[in-house]
Amino acid sequence: MTPKFRTLLGATALGLLMATGQALAADPIKIGVIAEAQAIAGASIPQAAQLAADEINAKGGVDGRKIEIVTYDNHSSSADSVRAFQRAVNEDKVNIVIASYISEVVLALEPWAARLKTPLITPGAASNEISKAVHADYEKNKYTFHGYLTSAALAQSVCDAAKELLVEQRHMKTAVIMSEDAAWTKPLDVGYEDCLPKIGLKVLDHIRFSPDTTDFTPIFNKIEGSKPDVIITGISHVGVQPTVQWKNQQVPIPMFGIASQATNSTFGKDTNEAANGVIYQGVSGTGVAVTPKSIPFTDAFKAKFGNFPSYCGYTAYDEVYYIADAVKRAGSTDADKLIAALEKTDWIGTIGRVQFYGKDDPFTHSIKYGKGLITGLMLQWQDGQQVGVWPADVAKAKLKFPSFIKVTSN
Amino acid sequence: MLALQILIDGFAISALYALGATGFTLIFGVSGVLNLSHGAIMVLAAVAAWAAASLFQLDTYSGALIGVAVAVVAAFATYFAVVQPIQRSRRIPNEEKEIFVLTGTLLWGIMIQELIAYFFTNNAKTVLPIVEGVVDIAGIRTPRNEIFTAVVCCLVIALLWLLVNRTRTGKAVLAASMNPRGVTLLGLELGSIYIVVWAIYGILAGIAGVLLGMFLGVSSYSVGPLTASAFSIVVLGGLGSVSGSLIAAFVVGYLETITAYLISPAYRTIPALLLLVAVMYVRPQGLLGRR
Repeated sequence: MTPKFRTLLGATALGLLMATGQALAADPIKIGVIAEAQAIAGASIPQAAQLAADEINAKGGVDGRKIEIVTYDNHSSSADSVRAFQRAVNEDKVNIVIASYISEVVLALEPWAARLKTPLITPGAASNEISKAVHADYEKNKYTFHGYLTSAALAQSVCDAAKELLVEQRHMKTAVIMSEDAAWTKPLDVGYEDCLPKIGLKVLDHIRFSPDTTDFTPIFNKIEGSKPDVIITGISHVGVQPTVQWKNQQVPIPMFGIASQATNSTFGKDTNEAANGVIYQGVSGTGVAVTPKSIPFTDAFKAKFGNFPSYCGYTAYDEVYYIADAVKRAGSTDADKLIAALEKTDWIGTIGRVQFYGKDDPFTHSIKYGKGLITGLMLQWQDGQQVGVWPADVAKAKLKFPSFIKVTSN
Repeated sequence: MLALQILIDGFAISALYALGATGFTLIFGVSGVLNLSHGAIMVLAAVAAWAAASLFQLDTYSGALIGVAVAVVAAFATYFAVVQPIQRSRRIPNEEKEIFVLTGTLLWGIMIQELIAYFFTNNAKTVLPIVEGVVDIAGIRTPRNEIFTAVVCCLVIALLWLLVNRTRTGKAVLAASMNPRGVTLLGLELGSIYIVVWAIYGILAGIAGVLLGMFLGVSSYSVGPLTASAFSIVVLGGLGSVSGSLIAAFVVGYLETITAYLISPAYRTIPALLLLVAVMYVRPQGLLGRR
């Protein structure tokens, strides 16, 4: 054995020893993921979180600590979510929880995050009340972060897009708001009512319907009666049924707004391609390079799970990354240190540049909306594909409607 | 205009309700089984038809046939795996068997529901209509599919009537619903009559499920409401009475449609449920119930 070879062998042995020592010493960073695994939109949450964790772990983890994702299916129920949260914290000892796209669920978890002093971040719920509660009682509710746009910001995003796409390009003048009755649409509707007239769309009627509605004929009938140029939507719990009935009944008015189910790539098949023509808001979308990370993420997701992620897949993926970043900066998974680090988040993710509003802003701990940060996108289903149509700098496609739609462009 | 719209929409939905409830009431009338997995079997049929067309690229007709076939298989599974073992059990006292069947089919329905949600998500699925497009009926833009739904429902119900009243098998089924002991004394095998009835039930529930999937769409969440709606229609019409169920289906269908158009879609089901409560007070046996 040459001395050189002996040194090499020794170094390898030492390296191996150190590596094992480190792995033994470093506990994993445990992230609990509570989500609607059976719902189209929610299913992307645990998948995207796992994808992010695998990528981070493949590059050595965070200071040698691996990220471990522990998932819980909440069956879209608040009660199941609370039990899952308790189990995640008390038994599975997670350091932080990513939870749900349903506002009612997140609002039920928020006090539990405070009681169990465990940070909570939502990838998809929208209600303003989530971050307003943090603002109202910061010391108590500082554990909750709102990793998705508030309903107020969503309404603003839809209005910003509608101004260019509908009012300026298509000369539309009137709208009817159609939204499901849920916690997240209350502030959304307030936002719509406020910003639509400002951009030049007169609101002729406002229809709120129960999320368990199955027959939308009377609703479309009523909307058609007021002869609007466009239907502005606020739907998440429903999606497939109104879209299919819109097509089957050949309602001649385009739908534009928030339609969470339409963000998932399986929506085309679920509606037998009735989705064609539907225009919906997203924070990111298939084939749209919002940031250089967007397309590699959607491609990796598709390769692993066979379909493209829903809107809360993007946010959940980013969340795992900026949680890892916060743990690295904090040098600890201690809740208070982690919160302080998360508050200073400045992360370019798949949906844009993520920063959180501070203690003095009305939407404390919600992600910032605006140019250079996150503006959202408008996408449209065209020929069975999701394509970006707004804003012009990242989304090139032009609006395209099925033949039964009569678009006014007078 | 609105009246005509209500007349058209109400007819389609009522016919669909009627078809769904007929099988449910037939099973009860003949074998005394209240099948609470009814909604699950309907949803299963629709989801199977959707999956066949959407995932396996079959044409709409084959998809619909597969949906109905799956419902027949599910109906037999319900009978042989859930209902029959309870009815034959020596450990369950006879007077408690009805409750066991009720609970057993309810749990069976929940199992089917959860399996659908697990494999196909709990989001709604819609079956591609066999006929597409719209026609103008006196100024009302009506989807062809809606007319198709109403026509098929009426045809199937008419065929069922012919089967029950004009064929030997049908008469045996009818006899079994009146007097099971009498039927056995005449030398007919009660067991084989039950199998026929469950097969008819599977076909009816399957067609109703597939049509519902084409007309409005279904999700795993529809399981409970569909069972409840069939149950209330059957109770309103009189348990076991097929003609009572038909009348009740139209009463409920139109009441819901009128409410949705004239008051609000959000209150759609409430008046029908109030009517059910009122009928239970005044005429507990239902509109055309025996006893």
